[in-house]
Amino acid sequence: MYEHDVIVVGAGGAGLRAAIAAKNEGADVAIVSKLHPVRSHTGAAEGGINAALREGDSWEDHAYDTMKGSDYLGDAPAIEALCKNSPNEVIQLEHWGMAFSREEDGRVSQRPFGGLSFPRTTYAGAETGHQLLHTMYEQLVKSGVQVYDEWHVLNLAVTDEERPEDRTCHGVVAYDVQTGEVSGFRARNGVILATGGPGQAFDHTTNAVSCTGDGQAMAYRAGVPLEDMEFIQFHPTSLPSTGVLISEGVRGEGGILYNAEGERFMFERGYANNDGELASRDVVSRAELTEVNEGRGIDDEYVHLDMRHLGEERILDRLENILHLAEDFEGVDGLEEPMPVKPGQHYAMGGIETNENGETCVNGLYAAGECACASVHGANRLGGNALPELIVFGKRAGKHAAGAEMEPAKIETGQRGEYETAEIDSPVTLGEPGSFGDADAVADGGTVAEGGSVDETSIVERAVEAERKKVDELLSSDGIHHSEVRSDLQTTMTRHVNVFREEEGLKQALRDIREARDRYEDVAVSDPSRTFNTDLLQTIETRNLLDLAEAITIGALAREEFRGAHWRAEAPERKDDEWLKHTMLSWNDGTPELWYRPVILEGEDKTYEPKTRSY
Amino acid sequence: MSTQVPKGEEVESTTDEAASSPGKQRRDTAKADRAGQQEKQREAEERAKANEDTVQIKVFRYDPEVEAKQEPRFDEFHVPFEKGMTVLDSLMYARDHYDPSLTFRHSCRQAICGSDAFFINGSQRLGCKTQLSDLDEPVRIEPLPHQDVVKDLVVDMDHFYEQMHAVEPYFDPDELPDGELEEQRQSRANREKIKMSTRCIWCGACMSSCNIAAGDNQYLGPAAINKAYRFAMDEREGEARKQERLEIIEQEHGVWRCQTQFSCTEVCPKDIPLTEHIQELKREAVKSNLKFW
Ligand code: SF4
Ligand code: FES
Repeated sequence: MYEHDVIVVGAGGAGLRAAIAAKNEGADVAIVSKLHPVRSHTGAAEGGINAALREGDSWEDHAYDTMKGSDYLGDAPAIEALCKNSPNEVIQLEHWGMAFSREEDGRVSQRPFGGLSFPRTTYAGAETGHQLLHTMYEQLVKSGVQVYDEWHVLNLAVTDEERPEDRTCHGVVAYDVQTGEVSGFRARNGVILATGGPGQAFDHTTNAVSCTGDGQAMAYRAGVPLEDMEFIQFHPTSLPSTGVLISEGVRGEGGILYNAEGERFMFERGYANNDGELASRDVVSRAELTEVNEGRGIDDEYVHLDMRHLGEERILDRLENILHLAEDFEGVDGLEEPMPVKPGQHYAMGGIETNENGETCVNGLYAAGECACASVHGANRLGGNALPELIVFGKRAGKHAAGAEMEPAKIETGQRGEYETAEIDSPVTLGEPGSFGDADAVADGGTVAEGGSVDETSIVERAVEAERKKVDELLSSDGIHHSEVRSDLQTTMTRHVNVFREEEGLKQALRDIREARDRYEDVAVSDPSRTFNTDLLQTIETRNLLDLAEAITIGALAREEFRGAHWRAEAPERKDDEWLKHTMLSWNDGTPELWYRPVILEGEDKTYEPKTRSY
Repeated sequence: MSTQVPKGEEVESTTDEAASSPGKQRRDTAKADRAGQQEKQREAEERAKANEDTVQIKVFRYDPEVEAKQEPRFDEFHVPFEKGMTVLDSLMYARDHYDPSLTFRHSCRQAICGSDAFFINGSQRLGCKTQLSDLDEPVRIEPLPHQDVVKDLVVDMDHFYEQMHAVEPYFDPDELPDGELEEQRQSRANREKIKMSTRCIWCGACMSSCNIAAGDNQYLGPAAINKAYRFAMDEREGEARKQERLEIIEQEHGVWRCQTQFSCTEVCPKDIPLTEHIQELKREAVKSNLKFW
């Protein structure tokens, strides 16, 4: 068993920032990550980091824009924490040497971005995430934080009290990818989940293959609610064969979208008569899919994004990277032919419920970054707001876990304070009542102790035993390959829980997920090796995707309104009277329970009044 | 073949332990029953082969722990071809449809995570950035040469990481501005100067292609020297720090080992002018009048 004060799971932007912050508070910190830190998906971020740095701008304006962008489903205390802390965090990155793009006078450049009232997006070319990730990894090396890389965390070691709010997390169980060893990691102070989003629940995503939402699924099964999972951002221009992102910059420079009939459909079909191709992401994605559904797609799948008319010189000057992407990942020469594009899953606004200090309702368990939901993005995330979330909330969680003095949080977690419960209108049984993978194994072990309390180390040990058993079972049993289950799951999610959602489709998705769960009962790992068994690890990831896909679909079915990225055929308008509340889903030991918590629109000095979201 | 398969006691003992454990025996028996599943996979591949538009890939296989794979060998797969398909796509297809034990690192699929540098048709390339249509068939896919093979296409990256860490790869300025919100100034020209060097994704292709690194295990190698360049050339760090950095890269296994063969520059998937950067550091070192070996 390994032992540290703070264990950080995941090593992207949020995990690295959390580890450095905890270390600076004097804690003994370790990172446990299934990937080496520099492989993390943060590196793929292109856009930038929003921060109110300059005269004429203010954190209040940034907060206002973010709240409006969230379609009034963000919580004001979280949004204000983001916007107040972002400038310091950006300058911290600069002091750590990050290669920001610069102005003539040598200061960090900022550019305009969608939904922002001031050009406040700092950036490093079109590779801001790469620069951020590497800058922070460099500082991590300097700080001497221990990294267990290629250690795949299988589960959390959490106590078994009846109410999740009474439980405590004492560590994690991880699998050493190189050797197949299953070990416990005891965390004396806290565990911070920084494991990213669940993009692989969809078959067409800009997310990396590793984005399987492991932390979300583990926290969910340990009793932490998932919040606002139905809000998934679909980016309108991803390449059809791989999902690689083609930046909004192409349309910004004047790129045009055409359907199979050669129509400039954004105008000719009346989707956005003013802004055309530059309408907001959700509008363009819905328009593209309507074209395809009505038979005007190319190969029944995608539309064309044409930038040839911009001329070679301008393209090479401002969009060179796009030429490489189209050539390398689609085999298309953007100077000679239009590029095929279609909407792709891009970002999850929802996630593990936390307050503005990164705490979940389980003691000693924290979450930060895309896997968490504080909530900053509400129903829709603005471009340039994902990276500041990583560093601001990564740092806050790291400090808090290390025991630093911090202002108590205003946001409530778990079933405390104001909330209402609700029924789920599902055509099938949901979840996994009392089966593989939930917290039961730990719970059962915990209650065995005679009369007295179970000590912390043995809670971790029992969790280790439970995971060893599961691994042995997966390796020794016979059955189907997980990839069949995963690909069916991804297909149904992209078909029914995409940019267009309607009741019958969502119910069909729940049926398909049920069937996939049942088939998952029969999966087995055919690679018998203990050495670098990716077959085993992907099989375990697929289980996580099943739980998360179900949570996304339950939320989408429950929310009968159109807000931000979530659109329902039955109710295509925002309903503030009924729906200014977060969708909360608790695992409830295998029988998912739906409930709602009101959104917090009261900020420090003002209340944000919901207005029509138009740009 | 230049691919190095580790030998020695350590591997040996793990194998023995695994072979004798009851879990392992149970697993092996269960696997033997799995003929049906494998038959299905073979049929799928036969069907794919009968179809004209397929690509043939030959993939290096090795697993120290699995008896049938202890002797390195090549497996052939026929993968249905689609426009835009990359080498990585073909590997994923073969794994998901024919052989789930086929093992390789990958994540981003867009040349940014640096996980999937392989030796493809005789040169170091990223699997995700290499179009099948650009390659001669059968496409031969091997692990990076000059690195220990862990399994199939997975190599041990520890040595590469150690060399990267050896150059003190972190920004460490002589001084910082006083104000908490005050940024350091950097000229556009200076940012442009270090830009290419900051693009490295730690894929290890350059190190694997380098003859010098193959012969001198302690040679820092192109990627680590490029990392040192990234900081030594950054005007924000200051002169004192720069001197220290030049001392690091001037050590016995540093820049002076490079014989300007350009192989690293040729294979770098991010087009970093590695050899030029090494040459420039040599000139800087001479300029700053340090003594060298
Ligand atoms: S310098 Fe180029 S080839 Fe070498 S590790 Fe970096 S990206 Fe890869
Ligand atoms: S998969 Fe990330 S670089 Fe190829």
